[in-house]
Amino acid sequence: MSDSFEIAGRRLTSRLFIGTAGYPNRQVMLDAITASGAEVVTVSIRRISLEGYAESMVDLLGSDYVLLPNTAGCSTAREAVLTARLAREALDTNWIKLEVIGDRETLHPDVEELRRATEELVADGFTVLPYCNDDPVSCRKLADAGAAAVMPLGSPIGSGLGIANPHAIELICARSSVPVILDAGIGTASDATLALELGCSAVLLNTAVAKARDPRRMAAAMRAAVEAGYAARGAGRIPKRTYAQASSPQLGLIGT
Amino acid sequence: MTRHIPPHIQVNGQREPLAAVMLDALLRGKGVVPGARGVAVALNGEVVPSGRWADTALAEGDDLEIVHPFSGG
Repeated sequence: MSDSFEIAGRRLTSRLFIGTAGYPNRQVMLDAITASGAEVVTVSIRRISLEGYAESMVDLLGSDYVLLPNTAGCSTAREAVLTARLAREALDTNWIKLEVIGDRETLHPDVEELRRATEELVADGFTVLPYCNDDPVSCRKLADAGAAAVMPLGSPIGSGLGIANPHAIELICARSSVPVILDAGIGTASDATLALELGCSAVLLNTAVAKARDPRRMAAAMRAAVEAGYAARGAGRIPKRTYAQASSPQLGLIGT
Repeated sequence: MTRHIPPHIQVNGQREPLAAVMLDALLRGKGVVPGARGVAVALNGEVVPSGRWADTALAEGDDLEIVHPFSGG
């Protein structure tokens, strides 16, 4: 893809951010990430097992990718802020994918806590990428609070339902002062294409690739999908019409 | 005569006897060596940069979190 985009002054070429959870094994994960063409790879911050070191994500991926830590599992601004600070110390990055969950079952973001955490982390020098609702007002408030991008959900995390409300995503993209990265709900390649067609700068996904029957192949499909969506967006789609309009010329028809 | 209760701390959510006075020694006892890549520590809700592990003292009731990057989405 020729055109790059910027988040907080960092130029990114790939419009696909990919997660590291739930792959059948380490090699499939590494192959899938390579096939995805992603530059930004997400990780979580978890308590270490004191019974023995697990393999380090830093050693595995740190030299080839931009590691984007998340605050997944946090349900208050306070927890999320501490997790972000630990992530900054662990990974030597001030980028944070900020997740503050308000409901355990739907994993929907808690907008108030999210905004509070965004303000606090921005004041502390973080580049904050909040995972948020597909609501233009929430997105605007987060951008006003200093978020470097906004990451509205397509549909619930891990659901694979795709973009439940494309009109909302399109509105958010049209009005956002910061890049919009569609996060959560992607099920297959066409969902990722749609996100870019609607005006998103990028897509963040994990489960759609990790849990595909063939993660490597799906990762390659996702790479092509965001490229197709971005190109189609740039090319400009035709207006939708209610009735047919013949594409062949109507002059010189035989028998008239 | 009062019974002596040895000091305890909380490590990653588990209560345990305080095995070392200084943070770096306690971490070393758990296999976390100073300069270990990707490890971060918070004491009572505040991050302790690895450069300060050696001069951070531990006390009864302290709450320690030791974390590292893990798989995530």
